[in-house]
Amino acid sequence: MKNTLTIAGKELAGYFTQPVAYVVMTVFLLLGGFFFFELLSYFQIILQMYAAAQNPQLLAHLNLNERVIEPMLHNLSIVLVILVPALTMRTFAEEKRVGTYELLLTAPIRTGEIVAGKFIATAAFLLIMIALAGIFPLILIIFGNPEIGVIFSGYLGLALLAISFAAVGLFTSSLTQNQIVAAIAGFGALLLLFIISWPAETGAAGWSARFLRYLSITSHFSQMVLGIIDTKDIVYFLSLILIALFLTQRAVESARWR
Amino acid sequence: MIEVKNLTKQYGNFTAIKDVSFKAERGSILGFLGPNGAGKTTTMRIITGFMPATSGTVVIDGLDIFSESLEARRRIGYLPEIPPLYTDMRVEPYLRFVAKLRGVARAQIDGALERVLEACGLTDMRGRICGQLSKGYRQRVGLAQALIHDPPVLVLDEPTIGLDPRQIHEIRELIKGLSGDRTVVLSTHILPEVSQICDRVVIIADGQVALQEKLSEIPAGTSLEQVFLAAISRERHTVRTEDEETLEEVGAGRA
Repeated sequence: MKNTLTIAGKELAGYFTQPVAYVVMTVFLLLGGFFFFELLSYFQIILQMYAAAQNPQLLAHLNLNERVIEPMLHNLSIVLVILVPALTMRTFAEEKRVGTYELLLTAPIRTGEIVAGKFIATAAFLLIMIALAGIFPLILIIFGNPEIGVIFSGYLGLALLAISFAAVGLFTSSLTQNQIVAAIAGFGALLLLFIISWPAETGAAGWSARFLRYLSITSHFSQMVLGIIDTKDIVYFLSLILIALFLTQRAVESARWR
Repeated sequence: MIEVKNLTKQYGNFTAIKDVSFKAERGSILGFLGPNGAGKTTTMRIITGFMPATSGTVVIDGLDIFSESLEARRRIGYLPEIPPLYTDMRVEPYLRFVAKLRGVARAQIDGALERVLEACGLTDMRGRICGQLSKGYRQRVGLAQALIHDPPVLVLDEPTIGLDPRQIHEIRELIKGLSGDRTVVLSTHILPEVSQICDRVVIIADGQVALQEKLSEIPAGTSLEQVFLAAISRERHTVRTEDEETLEEVGAGRA
């Protein structure tokens, strides 16, 4: 545990001395702000239209959560597909390239501790980043009356999604010493997780369709964005994290078999 | 003490080292000598537990590097061929990180840090970023990280490579001063280095031990150079170019 925290502390400090992390955070918040502003402007237009039509029923259905927070979270989840692999690509690949891998693997620590340390640092960084994006709903809470529970559930979903992505990114980085290869492989894997349920929409039926839908990250994330915190979805994210971290540990450990 | 027994390492069909055995005693400095590509780095990587051997064993102070890996690794200080520096870290935090990684108790880290900074002549460099250091200083930081936990066993892969003559001299003096009751193995392809600081020499050529001897047992009047060339040409008959290269390096080492 002590070793894990040593690695995590060093990695987290490393994120803040590296330009990549700042770029990732800036891009994420900038795009988040853009989505938020655009969606809110659109909400404003619709609000005026409905008000002009003098239709109280329609007006009552107009919902800040549904019109602003939900689509923003979905857009941000796609932004993360690109940003998280960019953040994690160097974790192992860079160590192999510059030779510090030898330092880590000859130190009296377990490979599991190395992987856990790097994962904790990356997760902590992403949580900080997502917490900062909490400014957008905060503005809505101050000036409007969105449902706070649904916002919380959606942000929890985004955090779980980001952390799962980080675990997958660590895995692809542990396979190569080339950062670009790590980033592209990570991007491909995450995109696949997003679209894997498509065959279920276009013909596949029965258990295979259900299975593909279960594998798809979108179905679980959407539930949480809608405000439904279901054990099934939490279990999905935690399993994804554990499987990816287990594979990473095996990949790092494999240096000791060959 | 390091005991290497019948070590063989194969990469696919390529045999990097074959049946390498030697023993480094406590309190002595063993020079691991050989032309480029002879298998020095491979052997050292196996000794330090970075990678496994295809067959054979390494025992560090009675602990097997494979089956009692964590305990054995705790006893080793290792300077790899390329100093393992995080290029965006400063010298002091880097050494503190390595100290924690190597299990130095929190209360002793400050003391250990000052000791290695002093020993490696880095006191004025503690605030510098590792990636901006010159080759010589990188090598010193590499040495400092190998020493920070005061290990009983030191494995140094070409510790003086890339240094200027004055630095070479300083580092050699440092290593000589280190031996005490430690076990030191250092690899090099500079012959005078071995005769200056080592007690024993193991010459490796083409992945096999060609000769191992105490330096004091080399007959008077024979230079290490002659011993080395005789040893490696016994193993390899077509090493003309390698020999020439080695001779050049011998000259460079003396300069």
